[in-house]
Amino acid sequence: MLNPKAATYEPVPLIEPGHTLASISDKIGGVVLSGRTPLTWFIVVSVGFMLMGGLGMAVTWLLIKGTGIWGVNIPVGWGFAIINFVWWIGIGHAGTLISAILLLLKQGWRTSINRFAEGMTIFAVMCAGLFPLIHTGRPWLAAYWLFPYPNSMGVWPQFRSPLIWDVFAVSTYFTVSLLFWYVGLIPDLATLRDKATFRPVKMAYGALALGWRGSARHWQRYEHVYLLLAGLSTPLVLSVHTVVSFDFAVGIIPGWHATIFPPYFVAGAIYAGFAMVLTLAIPIRKMYGLEDFITMRHLENMGKVTLVTGMIVAYGYISEAFFGWYSANKYEGFMIWNRMTGPYWPIYWTLVLCNIVMPQFLWIRRVRTSALGLFAIAMVVNVGMWLERFVIVVTSLHRDFLPSSWGMYYPTIWDWMTFIGTIGMFLVLFFLFIRFLPMISIFEMRTMAPEAKIKHSEGH
Amino acid sequence: MDFSAIKSRLAGSEGRLYWRSLGELSDSDQFRDYLHREFPEQASQWNDPKGRREFLKLMSASLALAGVSACTKQPTEKIIPYVRQPENLVPGRPLFFATAIPFGGVAAPVLVESHEGHPTKIEGNPQHPASLGATDIFAQAAILSLYDPDRSQTVSYRSEVRSWGAFLSAITGSLGAQKAKQGAGLRFLSETITSPTVGEQITLIQRSFPQAKWHQWDPVPHDGARAAAAQGAGSASDAIYHFDKADVIVTLDADFLSSGPASVRYSRDFAERRRAGVDVEHGSTAEAGAAAMSRLYAIESTPTLTGAKADHRLALRASEIETAARSLSGTAAVTFSNASAQKFLAAVVKDLQAHRGRSLVIAGEYQPAAVHHLAHQLNQSLGNVGTTITYAPTMEVGSMDQTASLRDLATAMDAGQVELLVILGANPVFTAPADLKFQERLAKVPLTIAHSLFPDETSTYCHWNLPEAHALESWGDARAYDGTVTVMQPLIAPLYEGRTVVEVLAAFVPGQNGKSGHDLVKDYWTRAHAGTVAGYAITDATGQPFKSADSFWNHVLHDGFVPGTAAAAHSLTSGSGPAAAGLATTASTAQSQSPTANAQSLTPHAQSQNSSGLEIIFRPDPTIWDGRFANNGWLQELPKPLTKITWDPTAWVGIKLAESEGLHDGDIIELRYRGNTAKLPVTIVPGHPDGAVTAFFGYGRHRTGRVGTSADEAAKDFNIYRLRTSDALWFGSGLEIAKTGARHVIARTQEHHLMEGRAPVRVATSEEYRKNPKVIEENRQGGEKPPRTLTLIPEWEYKGHKWGMSIDLTSCTGCSVCTIACVAENNIPVVGKDQVNRGREMHWIRVDHYFSGSLDNPETVHQPVPCMQCENAPCELVCPVGATVHNAEGLNDMVYNRCVGTRYCSNNCPYKVRRFNFLLYQDWETPSLEPLRNPDVTVRSRGVMEKCTYCVQRINYARVDAKRQDRPIKDGEIVPACAAACPSDAIVFGDLNDPESRVTKMKMLERNYGLLEELNTRPRTTYLAAITNPNPELETPRPAASTEHS
Repeated sequence: MLNPKAATYEPVPLIEPGHTLASISDKIGGVVLSGRTPLTWFIVVSVGFMLMGGLGMAVTWLLIKGTGIWGVNIPVGWGFAIINFVWWIGIGHAGTLISAILLLLKQGWRTSINRFAEGMTIFAVMCAGLFPLIHTGRPWLAAYWLFPYPNSMGVWPQFRSPLIWDVFAVSTYFTVSLLFWYVGLIPDLATLRDKATFRPVKMAYGALALGWRGSARHWQRYEHVYLLLAGLSTPLVLSVHTVVSFDFAVGIIPGWHATIFPPYFVAGAIYAGFAMVLTLAIPIRKMYGLEDFITMRHLENMGKVTLVTGMIVAYGYISEAFFGWYSANKYEGFMIWNRMTGPYWPIYWTLVLCNIVMPQFLWIRRVRTSALGLFAIAMVVNVGMWLERFVIVVTSLHRDFLPSSWGMYYPTIWDWMTFIGTIGMFLVLFFLFIRFLPMISIFEMRTMAPEAKIKHSEGH
Repeated sequence: MDFSAIKSRLAGSEGRLYWRSLGELSDSDQFRDYLHREFPEQASQWNDPKGRREFLKLMSASLALAGVSACTKQPTEKIIPYVRQPENLVPGRPLFFATAIPFGGVAAPVLVESHEGHPTKIEGNPQHPASLGATDIFAQAAILSLYDPDRSQTVSYRSEVRSWGAFLSAITGSLGAQKAKQGAGLRFLSETITSPTVGEQITLIQRSFPQAKWHQWDPVPHDGARAAAAQGAGSASDAIYHFDKADVIVTLDADFLSSGPASVRYSRDFAERRRAGVDVEHGSTAEAGAAAMSRLYAIESTPTLTGAKADHRLALRASEIETAARSLSGTAAVTFSNASAQKFLAAVVKDLQAHRGRSLVIAGEYQPAAVHHLAHQLNQSLGNVGTTITYAPTMEVGSMDQTASLRDLATAMDAGQVELLVILGANPVFTAPADLKFQERLAKVPLTIAHSLFPDETSTYCHWNLPEAHALESWGDARAYDGTVTVMQPLIAPLYEGRTVVEVLAAFVPGQNGKSGHDLVKDYWTRAHAGTVAGYAITDATGQPFKSADSFWNHVLHDGFVPGTAAAAHSLTSGSGPAAAGLATTASTAQSQSPTANAQSLTPHAQSQNSSGLEIIFRPDPTIWDGRFANNGWLQELPKPLTKITWDPTAWVGIKLAESEGLHDGDIIELRYRGNTAKLPVTIVPGHPDGAVTAFFGYGRHRTGRVGTSADEAAKDFNIYRLRTSDALWFGSGLEIAKTGARHVIARTQEHHLMEGRAPVRVATSEEYRKNPKVIEENRQGGEKPPRTLTLIPEWEYKGHKWGMSIDLTSCTGCSVCTIACVAENNIPVVGKDQVNRGREMHWIRVDHYFSGSLDNPETVHQPVPCMQCENAPCELVCPVGATVHNAEGLNDMVYNRCVGTRYCSNNCPYKVRRFNFLLYQDWETPSLEPLRNPDVTVRSRGVMEKCTYCVQRINYARVDAKRQDRPIKDGEIVPACAAACPSDAIVFGDLNDPESRVTKMKMLERNYGLLEELNTRPRTTYLAAITNPNPELETPRPAASTEHS
């Protein structure tokens, strides 16, 4: 922003020069229709599928034996499952933020990344949604007892519990995100239908395109729906992680019971989400040669958002530590001291390194405009955000009020298999998505092309 | 196929033997071969108990299906209702029967709850002076042993199943041969016996076999006490202490609060006296209320619960206790290198002298006769005999020096003099001192008979194995510590072929053969009632003789004891020095007398201060005792006092030794002592004397059931009996230890023993409390107690009952009976070492333990923690399905079938008293455990949270009773299992809406406080602060926040 060039010249374009409407359609649609799938795709999908198999195994064993196969215990009643849940939900935030909030704020650069950020959101929420269910002792009952369904016993969920709020928040978020994503896909599905040559493929995309013909009325309705959905999703971006943070903030455990949690969680979620978008965008753009559409300007913008949200998160950590001392509360003070010097101190300090120290490199323009540098920092932030949830969940619980009940938490092989398994599931779903659906919005990209701009201005 | 063998096997089984095929029934080699062919991989797992269990789990379904698949129709199985209902039996209502559980031969008087014919829970007998309603941990756990599937089940000869008749005919020949030589080759070995019926049988046996010998061996013999008491009183005697009358108590390595047959009663007397001194309102009698709080000095080696309760504790090596005792009596000008010890002893002497006739010196059962003798002399010269201590004729039958007796037997076996050895209950192959080489010598006996509850090491090496009937299956009799006789009645017909000692001995008594235990016991007591058996003056409670023998018998069975059988106190007849003015002069008189010199000769290893090397102190394991409870999961999982270790033995070392040897908790050390070696993992115990290691014996069993067999091969070396020798059973010098480099995983239920400045246990001295009753409130460490005006919502008004509990930490000794009583009452599963190690033990009430003060001689406090039943329960708020809810009487109820297991409630519980079924912990498969369960309490499955309910089932029984009788529930009518079992009566439950209830009054006391009240949870279980009574002379200044330690 402080670049003097930017003030005097046109900003770096959102699409590399030389693209026409047709070349955009061909390039993006070609990923799906050409059938020339890069080898990397097969490697990633097969590795992901193997990890997903591990997940299946771990969940099956969990259902056979019980929650005891994990490392959870008394006092640490929640472990990897809740850590992973919060982590995935956090990742799932960037998609809607990019699609909805940036759309409303008329940030044109969102166009290249919104589609697959939304895809990422859907799949991350799917991964997240698995955990609250399987972490219960009796998932076969939890699967429906947590919903307020009418029943002859007249028994309802306990609406004061944040876990119930979670159920509503996450399921609403998932539903709206899915709709938003699908509605946004419709014009592109129609494009693919039109471009496809193989009849079954044509039929499939045709069915999904819901009879889109691109008429003015279609477009008008489309724009309405899309804007409404964007308006609907915007509060959700804030509410979901706020509600997730209530799971902790409503509790009385030192380290959980903090009013800073909602904003701090939302910032953390955006932080994690942008880091994950970067993690995915950088290799994929390389893999499919999409550097023209996802330009360095996009990456740099995302880097900036990451830096800002990272600073908010850092503020959260600092205020937590400050209030541990300032509250003069014995338990709060001990909690923060225990995080820093207790048995889990390496995790706390790694978290500080990952989430506070490393992102400071984004101040440097050279790092911010280097795909490799951004990718490295994004990976570090991914790890850091996972560790943050570990610190919140485990180190708060393992030493609470009565020293007699203090304990330790060690994950088991099944915890790891479940966690890594969801990463595999995410990769498989995501790569299936980029193989079979346009990962960048074709029609919106076309509005970016110089042609479209000229026509646009001529039209007036 | 050998049908005759099958028939004999079927004939030999009394109950219904379930068999799957004729091949299995015959247990033939062909069948075993078939098994191996069929399951070549797994068949070997049958030999490994742990593996077998897994294997059975996996295979049971397929085997069952294989057996059933041939049938197209289920066989008709008729169930038959009562045509005429048995008297008193209301389905769904338990009946209670009085009986006794002998422990170390001495009766623990109990009431047993029986549901439709199966006993489920053991309570103390409130009318019996040795119980007053409470029990110890072993009595509570006895019910599990009854239903233990690994019990010895059939008569066998060289591991082949035989019938009882076959046994009788087999020994007839041997007995005939013995008869010819007057029984010269006939020996009996039993544990301590107090049964009068057995006593008479022994006399009869000795009449017909005059040369036969009776030996006794208990691995925890009280030889020192026995010898000294006999010496002092002139005949075999037991000392009985009266803590209610003692102002100053000094123990010499005596753990009277948690070990020994009288500990239950002693705990009660001690606690009541201490409490009464603190709160006059709370005193049991006006007299006790007026008395000052008693003061306890503990001079001890291995830290015990008594030492933890003491106002002052002096840690010495076991060998130094005698020196300390001499110093107290002034017989020796002893100088301890340790100046504080010197100061301690001087202060004790002063305090004792100031309380003549109201003081008490107790020598521990693990100390030699010399120490006991010194204690007796001290008591005598202080004028305590007759007030705080009385002597009574021993309740033991044929009281003898058991170590010497076992040594005699071993020598005789070695010399080939023993031809027929009958071992009744004892397990000498495992428990005999190593130098007696019992196992080796047992092989020289031509015919050996082992009568035991479980197949054990001894029965492995004996020809005939006779299954023993459990106490709850037996007719018998036993005496309590004060001599009161209980006639034991069975609660259930023997589950297997078990027979009682009386029934086995009947085979050796002419004319008794074939008589049932009931007939023999009843016959004895009918004669006792008629006065033809000497020694009893039997009268009913009012002092009148009973109307008839039947009336007597029914009364005795109903009440659980024979009135008038308590031993009458007698005074010391010899060895008593003249009561002199000062201790020193008395003692010097005593010194000139022979008993002291004799006593010294009894303890060859007592003086070991100068010898090099470490001192080893032997102790029975606190929970599995001498090893006999190795297969009892409740006791294995009960955290051991002070360390909170489960499932494993450890060697206790003090801080200094650990530092100098570089030892850490869990390091396996090799103990080398007198040419023998054993291994044990180390636990560092603050307060353990320097230069000594305490080794607990009882573990390292090599033949026991599925629970007692450790999966860890290393645990086989944890057998401390290997080191024990008959000349120094309790301690000796010359121990060497070496780190092996290996480590052992130790599963503890509490890892952290410091209070971190949070004062969950609030402590004050009686002086501080008297001067400023607010001291307990001022001692609050966690923050302000929030005002009740914090909320705008009006408080719920409890119109009916409002239940609450009060736990008195002044009384609590940390004995953990509450925990095991709760396990028994509430169907709490055993989870195993691995799960405990993962922090998943299921105990609803735990006993927290904290150290404070110096590491070398810490203050120790205990705190039982059940669910606090908070008024503002944090758990209720967060449950998404409403599975934990408040009820109209204030209980925080758990709705098991609604629980989906999010564990959020547990996370949000500041007390962490909720327990989660992480896996399927309940044993759904073992049929013999089914009748054990309390039918009034849900058996929880996996994935469900559970916690203390205040024994809601007992509340409901009381409610139903009160409603039927159209009256309010009386105070004290509802007693939760923990409160019922508590020996020191520290737990009181009742209605907080009743201003007259005991619990309300306790909560009015100034020393009442709630745990973590600052969180505004408003717990309805509250604590009464621990008040101590230190000697101002010895008191080390403590900071105002007395429990501060960081």
